[in-house]
Amino acid sequence: MHTKRIIPCLDVKDGKVVKGINFVGLKEVGDPVELAKEYYLQQADELVFLDITATHENRDTMVEVVSKVAKEIFIPFTVGGGIRTIEDIHKMLLAGADKVSLNSAAVQNPELISLGAKRFGSQCIVLAIDARKRSNGGWNVFVRGGREDTGMDLLSWVKKGVELGAGEILLTSMDADGTKKGFDIEMLKAVHDICNVPIIASGGCGSLEHFAEVFENDCAEACLAASLFHYNQVTIPEVKHFLSKKGIPVRYED
Amino acid sequence: MIGIIDYGMGNLYSVYNALNHIQAPCIITNSKEELEKCEKWILPGVGALPDCISNLKELGLFDYIKEKVQMGKPLLGICLGMQALFEYSMENKYCEGFGFIKGHIELMKDDSVRIPHIGWNLLEKNQDNALFDYLECEPYVYYVHSYFAQDYNEDDLLGYSMYGNLKICGLVQHENVLGAQFHPEKSAENGLKILKYFVEEFV
Repeated sequence: MHTKRIIPCLDVKDGKVVKGINFVGLKEVGDPVELAKEYYLQQADELVFLDITATHENRDTMVEVVSKVAKEIFIPFTVGGGIRTIEDIHKMLLAGADKVSLNSAAVQNPELISLGAKRFGSQCIVLAIDARKRSNGGWNVFVRGGREDTGMDLLSWVKKGVELGAGEILLTSMDADGTKKGFDIEMLKAVHDICNVPIIASGGCGSLEHFAEVFENDCAEACLAASLFHYNQVTIPEVKHFLSKKGIPVRYED
Repeated sequence: MIGIIDYGMGNLYSVYNALNHIQAPCIITNSKEELEKCEKWILPGVGALPDCISNLKELGLFDYIKEKVQMGKPLLGICLGMQALFEYSMENKYCEGFGFIKGHIELMKDDSVRIPHIGWNLLEKNQDNALFDYLECEPYVYYVHSYFAQDYNEDDLLGYSMYGNLKICGLVQHENVLGAQFHPEKSAENGLKILKYFVEEFV
């Protein structure tokens, strides 16, 4: 029985987790390794680390974080943010990441997807896309943390990304992000219908019901959430228990 | 000492980290001299099988591994390393494998599911085996693959997972050779227990 995945996302800046300091009993508040371990014990299915470090010099801090995390948790994890070259991808994979997510850099240089997939396999190339609804219907792709409209159509970009070799799509709805009103089902459905790789839904999650909504509509294989988990509004075991009661298959072990 | 065979492909450090965590001494190496000193070997890997086999041949390891394993060296193949244990693969083109286990590798095809098969799936027990004594229940394990084993001998199948209509050969054993299509090193505590079984008890 194949299961749906629940993925917490951690924003890391200069080696520290910037959101999410509500866990009780952590040795060091904001330590990504300690937080990752906590999520691992809670049976998160994967983890995503997003490096939001502003300066290039501090990027090596992320490599250290990745290599420490890899020694402590034994589930797959993805690293994104600031990965611009094949060398950056290689560095993260060597440090112990299982996958990297590419966002703005892939838009600027789509070849990064194909080169990465060819060299390291599609399974480790996650195409992260931030999109916002257009007034005339459809969605546009945004880059640079959602600050810049590329004018590119979301569905065309998804098709191209998958063709180039992306193994998964991490899709964030900028319209839903931060609202806590639920994932953007309409957008997820549109993307899910046109590609055959797994979709990770992101943006807008505010309750247990929101996870169920995604899976009941069969529009993603995984759900990602950040603040919801960090501030302990819901825990991963609660999500999994809720979903399994609804008959949605999840990994849930006593 | 466990020898993790380095042939330039894949998740060597994930396996290394997992073995360290269960306190199993191990080294990553492609030297025959080093491998000779190891009691057991692990063949990890991510990627395409033709590349895996040609890398092993270039390093002069293919025939060496084949001979030693046939003489009884315990071997665990993981993911791509597991696929290499079979007779041949049809990935891209025909490619021979080690042939330790009967069967071949082909592309998964099922319109009802997404390929690659990525994520956690239940490993269902096909027959009793000492390995399952290490686990409290049928475990969920983490898969990432587009190809799978077919035509294998039912007696060699320890555990399988269902994906759509496809029966995925998850865990196989033939004599001193064990193969996991999933990643035990990425399958949380139960995955670590499977590695522990290999380290402590396997043949």
